[in-house]
Amino acid sequence: MNRIEQVFKNKSNRVLNVYCTAGYPKLDSTLQVMQALQESGADLIELGMPYSDPLADGPVIQHSGSIALSNGMTIATLFKQLKDFRKTVTVPVILMGYMNPVMQYGFEKFCADAAAVGVDGLILPDLPQYEFETEYGAIIKKYGLDFIFLVTPETSEKRVKELDALSTGFLYAVSSSSTTGNDKDFGAVETYLQRLKNLQLKNPVLVGFGIKDKQTFESASKHSNGAIIGSAFVKALENSSDIKADTKKFIANVLS
Amino acid sequence: MKHTFTSPDTKGYYGKFGGAYIPEMLHRNVEELQSKYLEIMYEKGFRNEFNALLKDYVGRPTPLFLAERLSKQFNTNIYLKREDLNHTGAHKINNAIGQVLLAQRLGKKRIIAETGAGQHGVATATVCALKGIECIVYMGVKDIERQAPNVARMRMLGAKVMPATSGSQTLKDATNEAIRDWINNPTDTHYVIGSVVGPHPYPDMVARFQSVISEETRWQLKEKTGSELPTHVVACVGGGSNAAGAFYHFLDEPQVQLVAVEAAGLGVNSGHSAATTQLGTAGVLHGSKSIVMQTEDGQVVEPHSISAGLDYPGIGPLHAHLFDSGRGKFLSATDDESVQAAFNLCKLEGIIPALESAHALAGLNQLQLKAKDVVVLCLSGRGDKDLATYMNRMDA
Repeated sequence: MNRIEQVFKNKSNRVLNVYCTAGYPKLDSTLQVMQALQESGADLIELGMPYSDPLADGPVIQHSGSIALSNGMTIATLFKQLKDFRKTVTVPVILMGYMNPVMQYGFEKFCADAAAVGVDGLILPDLPQYEFETEYGAIIKKYGLDFIFLVTPETSEKRVKELDALSTGFLYAVSSSSTTGNDKDFGAVETYLQRLKNLQLKNPVLVGFGIKDKQTFESASKHSNGAIIGSAFVKALENSSDIKADTKKFIANVLS
Repeated sequence: MKHTFTSPDTKGYYGKFGGAYIPEMLHRNVEELQSKYLEIMYEKGFRNEFNALLKDYVGRPTPLFLAERLSKQFNTNIYLKREDLNHTGAHKINNAIGQVLLAQRLGKKRIIAETGAGQHGVATATVCALKGIECIVYMGVKDIERQAPNVARMRMLGAKVMPATSGSQTLKDATNEAIRDWINNPTDTHYVIGSVVGPHPYPDMVARFQSVISEETRWQLKEKTGSELPTHVVACVGGGSNAAGAFYHFLDEPQVQLVAVEAAGLGVNSGHSAATTQLGTAGVLHGSKSIVMQTEDGQVVEPHSISAGLDYPGIGPLHAHLFDSGRGKFLSATDDESVQAAFNLCKLEGIIPALESAHALAGLNQLQLKAKDVVVLCLSGRGDKDLATYMNRMDA
């Protein structure tokens, strides 16, 4: 059983996945942030690889990516930073990023290196289903990595089922059709999550986009297995002089 | 099926390039377009309305003009396809009309667009005014500053110009912001992309709307020379919409040499260039796999060209395929060469070309043209918008 499966075996509700940007706020803070998240009670970590043109992300995460890039973060640097991270971080880690940098690095080499350092899964929002099925899915599988597809309230039932069948680890339910960090009415979101629940999907469902505090985390968890916090946590680290303390404070607030 | 350059496969691929690399949030909108665009575009009522607007509103067909003094200079026969004489001053209006009519048939109430120099933004704002539809144009903060007259035109036409403040604050970022707007407004909005870039079906859809350029060229050339086929078609390429339109009906005519001229900026190897096929590598940008100017780490770099319309770090997947397959000949012209070519055309033919089109003119110097050759050059736009740049170079 891999690390992601283990998490959902032990805990079927209120699973907390927290997003952080590699190389942000400082180039060398990647590991420190991950350790602080684990100590604070995050169940999974989604580690963002910065990109110049992150279409699915809102301004907060894009800004953190710009800072990380100007700090000198690259995929090669990230794998160096992650070389020994499994000595201290035991929670599942999912790399999130965009196709272009991964293709430049070499898709297969990327999967091989990610698996070698102990990464558990990938989220590449602009890798389409067709290309996944015809080309990239087999490579991802070869290295034993999970691949997590996104679904939105606009995704048809038929397509949700298809994407669920292709996903391993969990399914990422985008709370509303929006970029990350957007405020939307959560009432409509609950109806949508209930709809997903009724489909009896193969994978656990984590809800992302617009989850920022205890209240939104609880609402999202009510009809799913848990939620993903991104922009709100990135913002909390913006001017942090004590990453450990600020991370603890932020997560404690969500889980209180 | 016989290989053809005029249509991508069902997944939007031209050879290795194309596809729809989009996040799930855009899936429904893009899939809707994929499944309906051809049916709508070739429906009789649509054709009638589109063609009537091109004729009576835009002023088509645009002339195919034998530039005699320019021809003499190159000792050949050069015909200028006068897209500069279109309403709003460039070929961009052909696509803007097509997409806005299509958006109406899809029941969309709100139009968004990106713009660099402002030509596509002005064209889209124009058609939205004509049709009484809300129009929002994303434009990089830097471009808003350097293209003030076009910003004023868009506002006067009733469009809302939204500054793109992220990243490098130019066309690439305006495109990112427009895509984000579309993600956030998934039901009522159509995104009018201005070039043959973006996820499938945009490259094919825009190429088809622009294909009126080469459709007219064929019968006009037949009238003037007795043959529908020139020896060369020359056009500038940024994203590549005027080139796609000028090439389209010659793509499957292998005896016609297709010549694309990219912007070399200060020189291909100067570090300040937009010559994507020379400097780029395979990658994904704005929803399709193509050739992209990027760092070793896959970060998209900011290009440079004196022409804002060519200042783009990618190229449409059709053009990437023309380059990769050898079907197209790709040249590049520097800022200086293009400005000189523009002054040359003014002097010889009394036509002030847009800086973009001036690159196509500069490309003529690199072709070994024969006296019997027939060259069609797409004069994609007029130079009014570039007067300030030209004035600065007058004495240089």
